[in-house]
Amino acid sequence: MTLILKPAETFRGDYTYRNSDEAILRFPFPFPENIYMYAVNVEPHVRGGPTAAYDAVFDIDEHYVGDMADRAITLAEDPLRCQVLPHMAEAEWDTLELLMESLSSDYPEHFTLTKNGDEWHWVNRPLGIDEHFTFGRRETLPYGPFEYITRQVQGDFSIQDQRDGTLYMDGGMVTSQADWSLNFDIGMNFHEWHGPVPLAHEAGVFDRALQYLLRLQHGKPVRRLNWTLTANPRLDTSPENYPMWGAEKAEISPENVGHRMCLRVEVQTLTRLPRSNAILFGIRGYLIRLEELARVKKWALRMHRVIRDLHPLIIEYKGMPRYRQFIIDYLASFDDGTVLNSGTAPEQDSL
Amino acid sequence: MRLVLGKIDVLGPSIRRFTLSPVSGVLPVAGAGAHVVLEIPGPGRVWKNAYSIVSTPSSASYEIIVRRVEHSRGGSAWLHDHARVGDVLEVQAPQNLFPPSRTSRRHLLLSAGIGITPFLSYLHVPGLSFEWHHCGKAEDAAAFAALLPETVTLHTGRNTLNLAALLAAQKLDTHLSLCGPESFMDFALAAAEHAGWPGQKIHKESFGGATGGAPFIVHLRRSGQSIHVGAEESLLDAMEAAGLVPPCLCRGGACGECKLPVLEGVVEHHDHYLSSSERAANDAIMTCVSRARTTEITLDF
Repeated sequence: MTLILKPAETFRGDYTYRNSDEAILRFPFPFPENIYMYAVNVEPHVRGGPTAAYDAVFDIDEHYVGDMADRAITLAEDPLRCQVLPHMAEAEWDTLELLMESLSSDYPEHFTLTKNGDEWHWVNRPLGIDEHFTFGRRETLPYGPFEYITRQVQGDFSIQDQRDGTLYMDGGMVTSQADWSLNFDIGMNFHEWHGPVPLAHEAGVFDRALQYLLRLQHGKPVRRLNWTLTANPRLDTSPENYPMWGAEKAEISPENVGHRMCLRVEVQTLTRLPRSNAILFGIRGYLIRLEELARVKKWALRMHRVIRDLHPLIIEYKGMPRYRQFIIDYLASFDDGTVLNSGTAPEQDSL
Repeated sequence: MRLVLGKIDVLGPSIRRFTLSPVSGVLPVAGAGAHVVLEIPGPGRVWKNAYSIVSTPSSASYEIIVRRVEHSRGGSAWLHDHARVGDVLEVQAPQNLFPPSRTSRRHLLLSAGIGITPFLSYLHVPGLSFEWHHCGKAEDAAAFAALLPETVTLHTGRNTLNLAALLAAQKLDTHLSLCGPESFMDFALAAAEHAGWPGQKIHKESFGGATGGAPFIVHLRRSGQSIHVGAEESLLDAMEAAGLVPPCLCRGGACGECKLPVLEGVVEHHDHYLSSSERAANDAIMTCVSRARTTEITLDF
């Protein structure tokens, strides 16, 4: 099925971002059970899953053009959102190769890659890009190879160097983050950048996850989901720009919570890169307004129960004390007490 | 994946280079330090041996260099004595357990014997600044010299490498990488420690580690099987020969994948994965290289 891309929507200001019925039904809903707690919820990143969002290795959806335009705005205002340390040069080319091959193979109507030895030709039709360059020679591209390609792929990315028995965040493109800063975290190791997360350290989650990732094999990528709540469908919820979006949280009211409050889900993928032995960490974010999400009955009921019974420390960490009760009240109006099946599939074909 | 033997080069009396090409499609990229595991047919069983890939990362075929081990487990003997151009082998996708440290400004590479192979792949890393000393037997000198760039110092006589002086002369930002037989690496590690090198500035790859030893019997509690492990085979090999599929990846005691819980018996550790306190606890064994010190051992598998 050919992917239809919408004209550019906005993720700031007038927030014209909306999900079509198809986009709602393919949303990667994150709660398989009525109770949520941290776990090492990592699984092989194979094609196919509860919704169509899992059909491609790197998912492109109807919001692509506006998403990339918003990234360009953020980068123009703050170039430090993309940084790569000098020893990660091979990982940059690894990333470019992986993303170009994935996109051109999964979406041939939009992206084409032609190789003649190291002379490559890349065509990105939605963004009007037609580039001839030499693989391995950065001076033949308008940006460094990592920045070049991640300006054209939805989701944030970091590249992590593996050494001394841990991972280091030694590069990234981070313009749509849930309140963390690449400029602050760059060069940190795995335990350092996860420092602020509550509960999980004590449960040994990060120790086990790190051991697992250090043994991540080439050709066997894995994924996990993470989630938070965002006031308005804003991609750039960064600490750097908190003054621009923090106040919007205070504007959430019982009357507008369904329209403005968004569930934000990250499909995080981890892929071993062959030349550099680094790991590419993809953080592919999806936004859905609660009023859109509530059109899927199972998801409205499940989300109501999860938010209602959430652990107090997670409520605080995810920044939701101010408006959590509004969300519960809004979603409670859908919850008729139906017993739900485990799993995240919408269990309906249309809205 | 299935790869076909495209070329066999005789480099020395016991050293050959094998070129492996895909039967169809394109090979996965293999970076500096990566290895492949070849599944080699043997009488009544399949040998799984890991070999460093020495060709460039994006080349159309993999090149490996294999020494015929004197008391071969089977793999290197088959490659040297029976392999023919056109043979098709099952090969597992490349993995990398010995990448160069890319944060280091300069590298001191020390290798011995067939430990030359991973560092040959390091030569393909753009901008890697290194000093490389390779030690080998006189009979292999011509073979090694042909493989090495002129900047590498080849030591084929006894005592031509003054390790203590070499280690002492390095600058503080140098990273030491070692590959070679166990005895060579133990010697170099001791010398580095004596010269005050911090552990984080050293990394090593072991290959062809101790697989043989005194025979023993392994009892597998959950599988309900008892298996005899012979003097010339590894615990992992014996379990696979019995039809089991235990976890494993590197088959060289480095990755940790094959770790199994020990319920009874004493372990003789040969791996590079467990810490000294984990070894002392005697509650886990790496089946690919480690053995039982007791005549019987019981594992939770």
